[in-house]
Amino acid sequence: MLDFPRWKQLWLWFIALAAMAAAVPSFVSFAGYAWPAALPNPKINLGLDLAGGSHLLLEANPDQVTALRLESKEEEVRNALKKASHPVQIGDISNKDGSLSFMVSNPADVDAAREAVLPLTNGAGLSGQRDWDIKVVDTTRIVLTPTKAGIDQAVSDAMSVATEVIRKRIDALGTREPTIIRQGADRIVVQVPGLKDPTALKELLGKTAKLEFKLVDTTASPTDVQSGIAPPGDEIVPYASGAGAMAVKRLGGIKGDQLASAKQVFEQQTGEAQVQINFNQAGGEKFAALTSANVNKPFAIILDGKVLSAPNINQAILGGTAVISGSFTVQSATQLAIALNSGALPVDLKVVEERTVGPDLGADSIQKGAIAMGVGTLAVVVFMAVTYGRFGMYANAAVIINVIMILGIMAVFSTTLTLPGIAGFVLTIGAAVDANVLINERIREERHRGRKVFQAVELGYKEASRTIFDANITHIISAVLMFVLGSGPIKGFAVVLMIGIVTSVFTSVYLTRMWVALWLRKARPNDITI
Amino acid sequence: MRLLKLVPDHTNIHFLKWQWPTTIISVALMVLSWVLIFTHGLNLGVDFVGGQMIRVTFTQSASAPTAQLRSEVEALGFGEPIIQTFGAPNEISIRLRLPEGSDKNPAAAEAMAKTVTAKVKSAHADARIDGIDSVSGKVSGELGTVAIKALGAAALAISIFIWYRFEWQFGVGALISLIHDVTLVLGLFAITQMEFDLTTVAAILTVIGYSLNDTIVVYDRIRENLKKFRKMPLPELLDLSVNETLARTVVTSGTMLITLLALALLGPKVIFGFSAALILGIFVCTYSSIYAAAPMLIWLKVTPSSFVDTESKLDRQERLAREQR
Repeated sequence: MLDFPRWKQLWLWFIALAAMAAAVPSFVSFAGYAWPAALPNPKINLGLDLAGGSHLLLEANPDQVTALRLESKEEEVRNALKKASHPVQIGDISNKDGSLSFMVSNPADVDAAREAVLPLTNGAGLSGQRDWDIKVVDTTRIVLTPTKAGIDQAVSDAMSVATEVIRKRIDALGTREPTIIRQGADRIVVQVPGLKDPTALKELLGKTAKLEFKLVDTTASPTDVQSGIAPPGDEIVPYASGAGAMAVKRLGGIKGDQLASAKQVFEQQTGEAQVQINFNQAGGEKFAALTSANVNKPFAIILDGKVLSAPNINQAILGGTAVISGSFTVQSATQLAIALNSGALPVDLKVVEERTVGPDLGADSIQKGAIAMGVGTLAVVVFMAVTYGRFGMYANAAVIINVIMILGIMAVFSTTLTLPGIAGFVLTIGAAVDANVLINERIREERHRGRKVFQAVELGYKEASRTIFDANITHIISAVLMFVLGSGPIKGFAVVLMIGIVTSVFTSVYLTRMWVALWLRKARPNDITI
Repeated sequence: MRLLKLVPDHTNIHFLKWQWPTTIISVALMVLSWVLIFTHGLNLGVDFVGGQMIRVTFTQSASAPTAQLRSEVEALGFGEPIIQTFGAPNEISIRLRLPEGSDKNPAAAEAMAKTVTAKVKSAHADARIDGIDSVSGKVSGELGTVAIKALGAAALAISIFIWYRFEWQFGVGALISLIHDVTLVLGLFAITQMEFDLTTVAAILTVIGYSLNDTIVVYDRIRENLKKFRKMPLPELLDLSVNETLARTVVTSGTMLITLLALALLGPKVIFGFSAALILGIFVCTYSSIYAAAPMLIWLKVTPSSFVDTESKLDRQERLAREQR
């Protein structure tokens, strides 16, 4: 026990100092100095409850992804059959009950049709699983059913795209350091520190920004449209303003994914806010073709399934540029431009959880938390010193090093410090002190049994370690379970606890043992006050 | 220098003398807690029932005009608000249920928050909106399930660990005293109607951790003494073990209480409930490690035979000397 070789001492000091040094950048600002790029510059992240800001949990509707997928597959199937070496005639494609089915006009063509469609049905990841099952029913009907693997893959892809789109939109708002993480199969967590009013953010993220240009079916009877009955080949789309609906042609329109850019502009005469869009090469050509073929007919500008406006095409628009109007304010026009520039969300997202913390409260919490920790630690230090004298002071030094080490390690892993995390600190201080209390009480006991100083100290550490081990393992078990199973505040608490348990054993057992050993070796006391 | 001793060096308190009265008290308190939980219920926050919570601090006044706020918010027609202070009398939370259909249309929840905060701000110039939490019914259900899972899994895993490290009697004893401690803390939340949210769950997990920590320290000593004094009657051995660890129990509970009191009195008000739960937890855990965890071993019939003799050389010499005497 007294045998503490030099290498072991150096090693213990090295670990302690390295962990403590990592805490420095979190507390001292090096803004004025040239911080060498080679050195790590770890910082503790403050949770939103401390820094203030907004937390949003967005959820996608997987059914929508499935529905969109059916729609696009329908077009793919039509094209594949048309372009096959022996074009196959088919009847209407139905997408009822979540699968596509169609009849092949000539029963002899069934095999050819199956061959032509087959390449469209594999591709769910690398595993070689099919993303659609293909079946021939009643000799002429071909049915395509999405597989579970295919749906999962599609939802996952959609969420990846959605995450990117959200990132672009938030960046366009000019907010600082947002955190955007996918959570589970169909959720995205967005955290923006320092954002006081999340309204604009939510409005922006709530927009799918799916822009479509579709021809208006002027022949549809108004009564049919009013009662929601779509003429063949049409669909009924409501006005964004809420005033009625109109019938538009389902196919033959242009989609917003062929946009190159969008920006907010003003109409020159009225000064009304508008959004100007520029198509890319292919989109521009398609737009030119559409407008030149339909001069003097109205076409509908549809955003997220709602008609913004339906102007008449006065002349062919060849420049690849169009203007969208529709009673915008400057703000809403800018938002639409941002949303269009970042691309459409592949799936609608809705806010299922929102937490906003005002920066005042955050600052208040940090200050009060720090004061409480300071006062608590000080009181414990005094208490330990009067209870165990010199041994209490060793314990105190260990506790203080412990706190700084936790902060350092949190910084290295850039963990987030939350309010419950501060509570975790308090508990860690308690646990670290407990280890030393166990050791010191044991030394007291052994002394009372008449053991010599050296023996008593040695037995004190040895016998107490078993209890400390058992106690800390239980803490680790609960901390790990909290981290794995818990969410939000529970996780924040568990992180500090996990780190704290390791550092507290290190400081309160190993460091104090070294100090006590060195002192005993030097002073060789016959009696100790404990 | 004479050091402070909260517990005299050689205590010999006959704890088990009060075994029956304390058992009756423990059982009575547990039953009372369950009755309270089922009749009063827990004051579940938006984390678990969904809804919207708006936190407001009145910067100029010492206490919030709660009654006035209640009628003002009620007049907005979003249903009856739950208005509560947490910690300080000038800090309140206004809880409302989310409007119908807000799961499909997030704008409805947004509009409600806007209307309520605008009303509070216009009626009270010194009101500072500190935060808005809005949790949909689906998410709150998940958070609840997750919290219960975390609690259950932690309790179970730790009991299994104790079973493995000690004996099955110790595992059962620890689990029962754990249930006792958690029940009483839940009873506190039922009777005070303090808000029960995710942070509170973290507090209860901490009580679990501390409860087991305390129980383990006593059990560890019991195991040690079982190996050492193989012929000592169990009640006597339990008394001895509790006495031997009493000083540690008191000092550690003391330091924990010091830090928690600092947190409750000086810390941010948002975690007042957390600190309060932990303070009660410390008392309950300390009590139960003496009066529930130890006597349980008598009923579960622990014997020294299950432990291999691994006492230290010094201890063995001492014991042999004593037995010869």
